[in-house]
Amino acid sequence: MSNSLDQLSATSPSNSAEFIQGAKATIPMIVGAIPFGIIFGTLAESSGLSIWGAMAMSLFVYAGSSQFIALGLLATGVGPIIIIATTFVVNLRHLLYATALVDKVSHLSHGWRALLAFGLTDESFAVVNGRYLGHTDTNRAHWFFLGSIVAMYSNWQLCTWLGIGLGELFPDMTNWGLDFAMSVTFLGIVIPYLRNKPMWLAVISAATFAIILRELPNQLGLVVAALSGICIGYASQQVQLRIQLAKAANPATTSSGVKTTNTSTKARSTKP
Amino acid sequence: MNETMMIAGMALVTFSVRYVMFAMAGRIRFPLWFKQALGYVPPVVLSAIIAPLILMPEGDLDLSLANPYFWAGLVAAGVGFWRQHLLTTIVVGLVSFILIKWMVS
Repeated sequence: MSNSLDQLSATSPSNSAEFIQGAKATIPMIVGAIPFGIIFGTLAESSGLSIWGAMAMSLFVYAGSSQFIALGLLATGVGPIIIIATTFVVNLRHLLYATALVDKVSHLSHGWRALLAFGLTDESFAVVNGRYLGHTDTNRAHWFFLGSIVAMYSNWQLCTWLGIGLGELFPDMTNWGLDFAMSVTFLGIVIPYLRNKPMWLAVISAATFAIILRELPNQLGLVVAALSGICIGYASQQVQLRIQLAKAANPATTSSGVKTTNTSTKARSTKP
Repeated sequence: MNETMMIAGMALVTFSVRYVMFAMAGRIRFPLWFKQALGYVPPVVLSAIIAPLILMPEGDLDLSLANPYFWAGLVAAGVGFWRQHLLTTIVVGLVSFILIKWMVS
């Protein structure tokens, strides 16, 4: 029995093996999501959301950061239309995640695609994208994807429920700072992106704008900050590209670094 | 009811954003500039979400020793760049947050 399983996994991992690997690879994300899910459940009631509303949000919306932002908006008495619009803008980044993965799932049935789309969180995207980039054998990787989603989703439900219960036992839990768990998880997701200057510029300017514009109503500051960061990142990428092209086109007129390589090649060529 | 409508709306917009590309399965092609700009979306939105949470937890910019969010965030970022390992970053960040918060109070 175990022999035949080993033989199977030697050629291509089975569906269940992929599923389990996907769940396992999501463990770091779950560590961050546990305190975050609990604080969501805890904060719900004081923000004006009913217990059933909090549970339904985790079950059907299943988007941690926008659930958290919705609580903040609810607490300040904002109406449902603005909360829905903010959710849309905050979650627009998932369109990118789907764009990045669409070629990997286009062979699947509509049911599969809808299921995987429903669970396309920041956390599962980071894990699943790593799986697709890291291996060439991706025939059964949708089971890996599903494993990540099931692990993340069930943990999220459990922690929301736990948070609702704990919030009633320890009303001062909202001051414990458990929301830091979301911040540190997102920080951990952002760090690998910071590999070039345009990305650094984009992230730093988005963070700066988010702080300056914090006072704007209805999370408008977040939206403006994100758009500014994207524009600045894209513009500086274009500038960087132009400079590189100009350098490549006429090396003599540009930086001294290029000149010295010229002279050194000259020096080398005169040697023999 | 207001709450039901709000949650239904949130669920609908979230699922639509996540599903539209999968539903079209490659039949939508974006121009290059759009794809390049999209590449900035995740880190930019995530950092715009967390910057105020970390740097102004009480509503005002606070870089003093009394702000555990800032210092634990700094420790987590340092470990993140050094180790490039997500679980380490999250665990070290959470533990240092608890320690700093406990020392401050």
